[in-house]
Amino acid sequence: MMNSIVLLVIGLTGMMTGWFFYSKFIAKRIYQLDDNFLTPAHEFRDGVDYVPTNRYVLWGHHFTSVAGAAPIVGPAIAVIWGWGPAFLWVVLGTIFFAGVHDFGALWASVRNKGRSIGALSETLLGANARSMFMLVMFLVLLMVNAAFATVIATLLIKFPSAVIPVWGAIVVAIGIGQAMYRSSLGLLWPSVIGVTLLYALIFVGDAVPISLPETMFGVSDNIVWVVLLFAYAGVASVLPVWMLLQPRDYINGVQLFIALGFIYLATLLAAPDVVVPFLNHDAPENTPSIVPLLFVTIACGAISGFHGLVSSGTSSKQLDKETDARLVGYGGAVGEGLLALAAIICATAGFASLAEWKAVYTHFGAGSVGAFVSGGASIISNGLGLPAGVAATMLTVTAALFAGTTMDTGLRLQRYVIQEAAEIAGIEPLKGTWGATLTALACCLAIAFGAGTDGAGGMAIWPLFGTANQLLAALTLLMVTVLLAQQGRSTVYTLAPLCFLLVMTLYALLLQIGSFLGQGNYVLTLMALAILGAALLVTVTAVRVLRKTGFELVSRSPVRP
Amino acid sequence: MNRTWLNSLSEGLAEFYRAPYRQTLAREARARDDVFMMLVFGESLGVPNPAHPYTLELMPVLYESFHDWHTRMGHEHSPLDNVRCC
Repeated sequence: MMNSIVLLVIGLTGMMTGWFFYSKFIAKRIYQLDDNFLTPAHEFRDGVDYVPTNRYVLWGHHFTSVAGAAPIVGPAIAVIWGWGPAFLWVVLGTIFFAGVHDFGALWASVRNKGRSIGALSETLLGANARSMFMLVMFLVLLMVNAAFATVIATLLIKFPSAVIPVWGAIVVAIGIGQAMYRSSLGLLWPSVIGVTLLYALIFVGDAVPISLPETMFGVSDNIVWVVLLFAYAGVASVLPVWMLLQPRDYINGVQLFIALGFIYLATLLAAPDVVVPFLNHDAPENTPSIVPLLFVTIACGAISGFHGLVSSGTSSKQLDKETDARLVGYGGAVGEGLLALAAIICATAGFASLAEWKAVYTHFGAGSVGAFVSGGASIISNGLGLPAGVAATMLTVTAALFAGTTMDTGLRLQRYVIQEAAEIAGIEPLKGTWGATLTALACCLAIAFGAGTDGAGGMAIWPLFGTANQLLAALTLLMVTVLLAQQGRSTVYTLAPLCFLLVMTLYALLLQIGSFLGQGNYVLTLMALAILGAALLVTVTAVRVLRKTGFELVSRSPVRP
Repeated sequence: MNRTWLNSLSEGLAEFYRAPYRQTLAREARARDDVFMMLVFGESLGVPNPAHPYTLELMPVLYESFHDWHTRMGHEHSPLDNVRCC
């Protein structure tokens, strides 16, 4: 049996090699970063959107805004095929896919006045690309909200000790928001007090677990939690951002660093064995084929289109020097890879035996964050001597806070999309904040319950969410490739991941449409068909646009000095 | 741990807190300022405003931002004859 430290060391070495060698090569030869290039942050400096920012601070935001619950959920599901496939895809994906993609999106945006990838798509790929982009983005948001509501509900039922800290974190966040809004204090003390309070709540929650009765008003506790979570997200998404979202995001960021530190330190100290085989030949029945499903089950953590939105929309406008893009873009992807690696270790080495692990991974989609939490808790309690209950509560809170903030942000973004569409179509009732929010909520609930009546449908969506997310990544890679081709540079480093993603996404979509039809699940079938349509369009666009550029896989033109 | 180290940590955290939301907050502030502009210039545009005597006094202060406001509101040229910003 292999020790988890070996896994950790190989993974870290791989990603560090990627960072020190591959990213340097890409920065120098392919994107050809220039220290003297006037970045948009300086060119359009306005103190609002365009602000040159310290690169470590910028890396911090970039990393914490791209990392969320998704790099935990994906790997924790995908280990059902054994630790090997998930591990290899996360490590190699981070090095050759995510790093190049995030870095590329940032570079493309910096070289185009800090414009977002959505706006760039119109210029580079044609008029229809933008609408396609918006549609895919809306679907991604819809699915991520439905999936995350299910994730949090499942966690709250499985770990009742987390109920108090998960909801209490909202109060702590509001407190920090008020402290920041009403005083000009630095953030050191509010942070220390806030984090201390959050951890105090974790201990309180551990002492006072709260579970809902199994059925309330004739519906299961799972449904009640899902509805409550959406109600929360609905209210939170219309509050001013400084009141809740901003401080929540901040606490999550700080908490992410703490939790990652805990997991890695505990793994080093406890050195648990990986109980799962490299390849699980004995996977439960109905587990889908590893190719292509692995590549859409783990999206965030190996490559995720969502990062391109963060890279191009916000980070690019704050880059002080163009050369900082390597740290922010590639480094952000490495950070997320580390989180995914931690999730793999927790979900494979946090169990006492293979039999115990198999009792959790009974079907595809089982395990998930629950396995990450219980596995991680056992590693932390062995390594750091924390009571297992407290450790489990802590990890649950980490995952749930992330998922909750994503729901809040996602719903807000969906509201904007709906309002914009209503503006164009002239639908009066949907132009207002509440009308649009309620419509977005209704869509999310329809997906969450349409995919499975007990509200557990969120997990059935997961791989479908992955396909949409990979499609978004493919679109971004396509734009970066086009930009490279226009300048006569080598395109193979972005084109190869692009082709791989498109093939896997299309293949996975076809398989999923088949299986949804087999289950008679028409909501998901429709959704998958919409994504398939978009995927085909992306493919056709890619071929059309790239043929025009006359690209070279490996450029023969000399590198600019 | 000396004082300057703590200070720079505190500043770094504050930056970490503020930077992601700078744009959203500035937009919100601008939206509110736009409403205020309308209150001040409403009377000149034909919208009766009982507080006109008071808002009149504010007009000179806001002239500078008038051009940005009317272009943002979709008028390429100034809608008021007495304000010739463009």
